[in-house]
Amino acid sequence: MSAPASGLAQIGKSVFIKGELSGSEDLYLDGQVEGSIALKGNSLTVGPNGQVKASVEAKGVVVQGKLEGNIQASDRVELRKSAIVTGDITTQRISIEEGAYLKGKVDIHKTEK
Amino acid sequence: MKLFRGSSGPETIPAQGSQKLTRRSSGLGELSRLWESAEDLCILDLGSTSPANIRHFTESGHKIYSEDLLTASTDPELLTKDEQGSIVLDSRKFLADNLVYPAARFDVVLCWNLPDYLDESLVKPVVGRLWSVLKPGGMLLAFFHTRDAGPDSPCHRFHIVGTDTLEMQKIVLRREARRGPTGAVHTAISDGFQLQRVFNNRHIENLFHDFASIKFFLARDNIREVLVVR
Repeated sequence: MSAPASGLAQIGKSVFIKGELSGSEDLYLDGQVEGSIALKGNSLTVGPNGQVKASVEAKGVVVQGKLEGNIQASDRVELRKSAIVTGDITTQRISIEEGAYLKGKVDIHKTEK
Repeated sequence: MKLFRGSSGPETIPAQGSQKLTRRSSGLGELSRLWESAEDLCILDLGSTSPANIRHFTESGHKIYSEDLLTASTDPELLTKDEQGSIVLDSRKFLADNLVYPAARFDVVLCWNLPDYLDESLVKPVVGRLWSVLKPGGMLLAFFHTRDAGPDSPCHRFHIVGTDTLEMQKIVLRREARRGPTGAVHTAISDGFQLQRVFNNRHIENLFHDFASIKFFLARDNIREVLVVR
């Protein structure tokens, strides 16, 4: 499991947030969130203890824990081997490790050059 | 229209240790011609989440939906009793939670070996739902054992590795430890799935009775591939 980088905004595993979560920096989330997450231009990492029930909009999304909701990533999505994702994924690039669980659609959108 | 064709054969070759085998699939070969010639198809993969399959279809510009129905069928909340008091799975609840898509959404459904391992109470309702979510003219691929070989009939995951080539990965005992929100460690243990029954040709034809056509591909590894068209 990759640990959060130092200096990264973090939500610890004892934290529960209900509502809209938005920001303009990368976020490491190891707690629980219900609602929506918007980090346009930045990345979200759901840690191994993270439990998210939210729609997610970010540049990049890495999932190690549980995420229920649609993911819209302008750059890339990574599902690590411990990821459990229920929801549709729209992104430019995706990587899925062996062992990850996905229930939903994967839709790759290529940017026009 | 009912056709029987000889398959190009299994050619099971061990790959990457004892857990993975490769086999040629005539049904997959036929489907490949569809997704190699068409654009923006909607494909539903009902096997275990396969990074290889997701990569295969997304790189080709198709949309892939992944839904592991066999694992979903092990949800303890599905257990109920029928009129005789026997414990069965609640097919209504199962279909309320799974395969929830608009009618005629998919061009292709990859069933793999699902009907052979799915609980009896779910097989017909699931096939009925698959008929409704397939587009008219849409195709479904399923594999059936031709005989029960006991421990030699393990449940596999299927990864597409070529136009007509699959990598088969045995679903084995899996222990997974997760730390819950309270800090307690939860351990989930799932065993491999058991072959539930062996369908003969007539059973298969009855199962897909509502579909427009069915084509059988006979293979040498005791697997009957079936390609049906809605």
